[in-house]
Amino acid sequence: MAENNRAVVKLKERFASSIIEIKEFRGEVTVTVRKEDVVEICKFLKDSLAFNMLTDVTAVDYLGKDPRFLVVYNLYSIPNKDRLRIKAPVAEGDLTIDSLTCLWNSANWLEREAYDLFGIRFNNHPDLRRILMTDDWVGHPLRKDYPLQGPGREPYKGRLS
Amino acid sequence: MGVEQPLGDNFITTSLDSLVNWARKSSIWPMTFGLACCAIEMMATGASHNDLDRFGIIFRASPRQSDCIIIAGTVTKKMLPVIKTVYEQMPEPKWVVAMGACACSGGIFDTYSVVQGIDEALPVDVYIPGCPPRPEALLYGLMKLQDKIAKERNSFGSAIGLGERLEPAA
Repeated sequence: MAENNRAVVKLKERFASSIIEIKEFRGEVTVTVRKEDVVEICKFLKDSLAFNMLTDVTAVDYLGKDPRFLVVYNLYSIPNKDRLRIKAPVAEGDLTIDSLTCLWNSANWLEREAYDLFGIRFNNHPDLRRILMTDDWVGHPLRKDYPLQGPGREPYKGRLS
Repeated sequence: MGVEQPLGDNFITTSLDSLVNWARKSSIWPMTFGLACCAIEMMATGASHNDLDRFGIIFRASPRQSDCIIIAGTVTKKMLPVIKTVYEQMPEPKWVVAMGACACSGGIFDTYSVVQGIDEALPVDVYIPGCPPRPEALLYGLMKLQDKIAKERNSFGSAIGLGERLEPAA
């Protein structure tokens, strides 16, 4: 169970106040933490628990809920062959979270992608530009309220005949 | 023979259009330019089994040497300025072939990031349906383009200052 996970035990010891939820589903452990402490927690995971690889940074849009966004970090420990998922809620009123580029260089482009497609700003990021869409693009396409066929078009209403 | 040949055996007489159009349609040099899975089919068409070379269709790696661009695949809005630049760099006369459903209409990608048909940006001469079109379909489309080139009237003459270009009836 997740409670016996080595990383979870250590995180509970040190960051009890910043952990929101611990969940295990089909062997995948997910720890939801407060966004203010995400850099500190990841630094601990990297330096003390050998989660030395950041495989992915992405976000989920739960439109209509508060907080609206969850930023998701997938960590991997190459020496221990172990995975851990960290999530941090980001509310619509304050769409910022601290950048992890100070720990992993791979965070640079991954956070740019999350910024491009969800509009979440990463504090202290060295080069926060759009990465997939063009520089003059308006809006963030992976948000649930972004029209699928683009803002300038009549939405598809299904087959009419 | 009954036909007098006052210029001798070494001459044939023909119209400028016939000569120019024959030369142009027999040496369509397309731009080496692929965008998606249609490009795989385009490469297969160029390879030995279907062999585009027998039509004089030889892929060129530079737009300066090309007179046809086959839009082979999905055109994203991010790629469109690149395609426009390549097209502008090609010397006249030049033709555009929209290969496959995506290039014709956006295809299945009815979405914010995809151009809904290359004809929004370039003047398309031949549309080839299919997802992707088989090599036979591309060959047929290119032969249709040859027919279209053969029907041009005074496009060369007008370019060198001899009269106006005549638009053939479709």
